[in-house]
Amino acid sequence: MGRRVAIVGVGMTKFVRRAQETGKELAYYAAKEALDYCGMKLSQIDAVVIGSAPDTFDGVHMKGEYLSDGAGGFNKPTLRCYVGGGTGVFAVICGWYHVASGLIDSCLVVCEEKMSSYQPHPQGAFLTIFDHTTERPLKPNLLWIFALEMNRYMTTYGIKKEEIALVAVKNKKNALDHPAAQLKEEITVQDVLNSPVLAYPVQRLDVSPVSDGACAIVMVNEYLARRWTNKPVWVEGVGWSLDTAYWTNRDLCYPRYVEEAARMAYKMAGVTNPRYDIHIAEPYDPFDYKELHHLEGLMLCGKGEAPQLTVDGVTQRDGDLPVCPSGGLLGVGNPIAAAGLMKVIELFLQLRGEAGKRQVARKVRRGVAQAWGDLMQVGAVTVLGI
Amino acid sequence: MKFLGTGLKDEEIKERKVCLAYWKADAKYAWDCGIAIGKYLAGLKEGKILGVKCEKCGRIMVPPRIFCEECFRTIDSWVELKDTGKVNTFSLCYITWDMKFLKEPQIPAVIEIDGASPGHGIMHLLGEVKPEEVKVGMKVKAVWKKKEEREGAITDILYFKPI
Repeated sequence: MGRRVAIVGVGMTKFVRRAQETGKELAYYAAKEALDYCGMKLSQIDAVVIGSAPDTFDGVHMKGEYLSDGAGGFNKPTLRCYVGGGTGVFAVICGWYHVASGLIDSCLVVCEEKMSSYQPHPQGAFLTIFDHTTERPLKPNLLWIFALEMNRYMTTYGIKKEEIALVAVKNKKNALDHPAAQLKEEITVQDVLNSPVLAYPVQRLDVSPVSDGACAIVMVNEYLARRWTNKPVWVEGVGWSLDTAYWTNRDLCYPRYVEEAARMAYKMAGVTNPRYDIHIAEPYDPFDYKELHHLEGLMLCGKGEAPQLTVDGVTQRDGDLPVCPSGGLLGVGNPIAAAGLMKVIELFLQLRGEAGKRQVARKVRRGVAQAWGDLMQVGAVTVLGI
Repeated sequence: MKFLGTGLKDEEIKERKVCLAYWKADAKYAWDCGIAIGKYLAGLKEGKILGVKCEKCGRIMVPPRIFCEECFRTIDSWVELKDTGKVNTFSLCYITWDMKFLKEPQIPAVIEIDGASPGHGIMHLLGEVKPEEVKVGMKVKAVWKKKEEREGAITDILYFKPI
């Protein structure tokens, strides 16, 4: 299965609605901090992986090349990867296979997003995910696709909006303890239910914000891991899968592509009973219902059962399976590619016991991070352990 | 960790308190519709919803394609479907893409088309229905543009209405 790969350093910027910094500058802040975290210099990095989502946000074509000097990736083997919202975890998977292959000993992984450049709203850039001939003439809104999925999920399993709203309440509260958080807030279920209806059943407080930000990690082989840290966090499993773009031909009530990706990662990690082998989870949560959907796809509970776990408090930071202790995208923010990597950074800190106020109550030795994107069709999963 | 980064406020941007550079893309696209969708659109112009069939897995697919992505083989035949179906899921959308609010919602839905394989649908709009009356599973029928106004586009179907 290749050489053992560890994460030894992490860095991230604040997540904000609009940053004064350019994408290059944000990438530099995160990359430099990740190197400083473990005491490495750029000259000690063999390769760089850059993750960012649509070039249309920044209005710069070939964004990997554009970011490369800020990300430390010039005059080095550098690769830009992109699978929409799945990019933040997929970039970790790319970093993993660089090092696991034995070709590269140390790899810097940098994810950036600066969505604010696109005016008046980045959603305009997102409209290009709809088919240009059969869907775009209907003048869709990006929220349609999530609202249609949310409604299908709720109707299929008889899920109440109040149950879903609990996720937004939990994540925004968790974010109060995250120094980078953009939308930390103590809200109630009633606040969610009273917030403006955007695209029924999606209301404003169900949705993560538009954000600018960057994150970075340093990945190394086992030999270097022992040299650079006494607390390596190992990449125990990776998995990814892409479902059909014919999204209206799939049942939107269940993310089978997440399950496919999870099975791949769990097999590699030796996880046979996810609910017990996985102690902490950071599923992708651009909407509150998505956290539930993804918990099911990650097989951390049965289909339609995630809302009950939430109601029972199992997913709280002091619960048996803490979910999004970071505050997730709903609380910390959603600079798309950086958001997925933020989840991996959270697991790194939790597994090392360095999450501070966010540290979960139970002992954790293994966690899973997952990101999702495109036309509800990308699953990217990584299992980390100590 | 220092969590660097300088957030800007909306006023700072509106009042030009920070330097900004503007550029407006002047780009137009003229997409070819392709073999399968081209024929589908020609069918819509005639008031027909067309699908395709793969004899290996038996799926009747809509929107049509020239290949079965499950079997990875060329499709075998075209099938005329009905212009009725049922609502698989829907939304009531009160905002536009640039976040302005609408008084009356748009009602997008995934409509499973009768004659196609189960779960095979298209996204379109619902009309002639009160928002509170829309339900998953509701049976609907296409409302077509007048024949002389049809142009071979998805909008040749104005919307689907309950039956």
